[in-house]
Amino acid sequence: MEQKTSIYETIELCLLAGKVMLQSGAETYRVEDTMVRIATAFGLTESHSYVTPTVIMFSTSGEQPAKLIRIEERTTDLNKIAEVNAISRQIASGELSARDAKTLLLQAESAPFGYKLPVQILAAALTSACFLIMFGGSWPDFPAAFIAGGAGLAASVWLHRIVQVKFFAEFSAALLVGLLALLFIWGGFGYEFDRIAVGSVMPLVPGLLITNAIRDLMAGHLVSGISKGADACLTAFAIGAGIAVALIFFH
Amino acid sequence: MWAHFLTSFFAAASFVILFNAPKKSLFHCGLVGMLGWVLYVFIRGEIGEAPATLAASLLVGILCQLFAKFYRTPVIIFSVAGIIPLVPGGMAYNAMRRFVENRYDEALQIGAQTLMIAGAIAAGLVLSEVLNQMLRRRPKTV
Repeated sequence: MEQKTSIYETIELCLLAGKVMLQSGAETYRVEDTMVRIATAFGLTESHSYVTPTVIMFSTSGEQPAKLIRIEERTTDLNKIAEVNAISRQIASGELSARDAKTLLLQAESAPFGYKLPVQILAAALTSACFLIMFGGSWPDFPAAFIAGGAGLAASVWLHRIVQVKFFAEFSAALLVGLLALLFIWGGFGYEFDRIAVGSVMPLVPGLLITNAIRDLMAGHLVSGISKGADACLTAFAIGAGIAVALIFFH
Repeated sequence: MWAHFLTSFFAAASFVILFNAPKKSLFHCGLVGMLGWVLYVFIRGEIGEAPATLAASLLVGILCQLFAKFYRTPVIIFSVAGIIPLVPGGMAYNAMRRFVENRYDEALQIGAQTLMIAGAIAAGLVLSEVLNQMLRRRPKTV
């Protein structure tokens, strides 16, 4: 009986770790690898996990039924990935008991975002302005990209909260960026529309999705790689469409 | 030139803040982003955009593997920072702008170039992964 609860606990632990990782935007192979590693550390040597961006399936050879978790919401949280990774390392080296590991994982799951919203907006603004210079823009355009980029990110975060339609937030944020850039040029604060617009939409670019899609395809996770790639392409397309609508006003 | 060093460092470091990167790896993220971008800027005039992107993303991949091993942190934290400056955002924008202006032939041309660069990024990452696996396996077989 005791053996059984411990197998059950192990499975729960694996699923929890996998869930936190996948929701934070980890690569598919890392999620699968972590789950199997934890299972092995607790004595379940024959376990299989199958992970796609929306679902985790986990089965152990034995009488326990295979388990499935649906992942509804995915965000990007590199800190959580790093933390769960560290926890799984500790488990694999036998430093953590199942109970301690579970407490730590639950803590990691509920950990708040490490940077407050104003910091994020500032970071987005700085990113935009720096990209403007990197893409050959001139320093007088720096403040315009700074403001437009920050406003773009703020809009996208706010829209994500109130509208649950995917890609809409990116589209409207890019549209706002485009309109702001136009406004700056009309007002005489900005000079090159193209560069301001490109720099300021950079914080909206799905960087992690692109990287993940490539890494997943490399590792042979074709389903995840292609679906993440499609997600990234659609997001990029939404951003492009937003700027395109602004461009139509420009003419 | 110094502007490139400075801006690419801050761009990469502040970009990963949006993804909640651990605070202690921000500096390294910036470093990876900066080195990749500077290499790209240095050589793109001589060997062209796509090969320069390939070289830069290979460098980024290798640096990421090294940092990941050294700091015991998932590779992806560093590779996001390194890849982001290389993403052909400006070129994709130009392609799209031509589409909006009904200049389809130019748009397709630039679009194809954009795809080439995106492919180069992927190829660079794959190459670095290949190098990593070859080097990791060698000590075991010898």
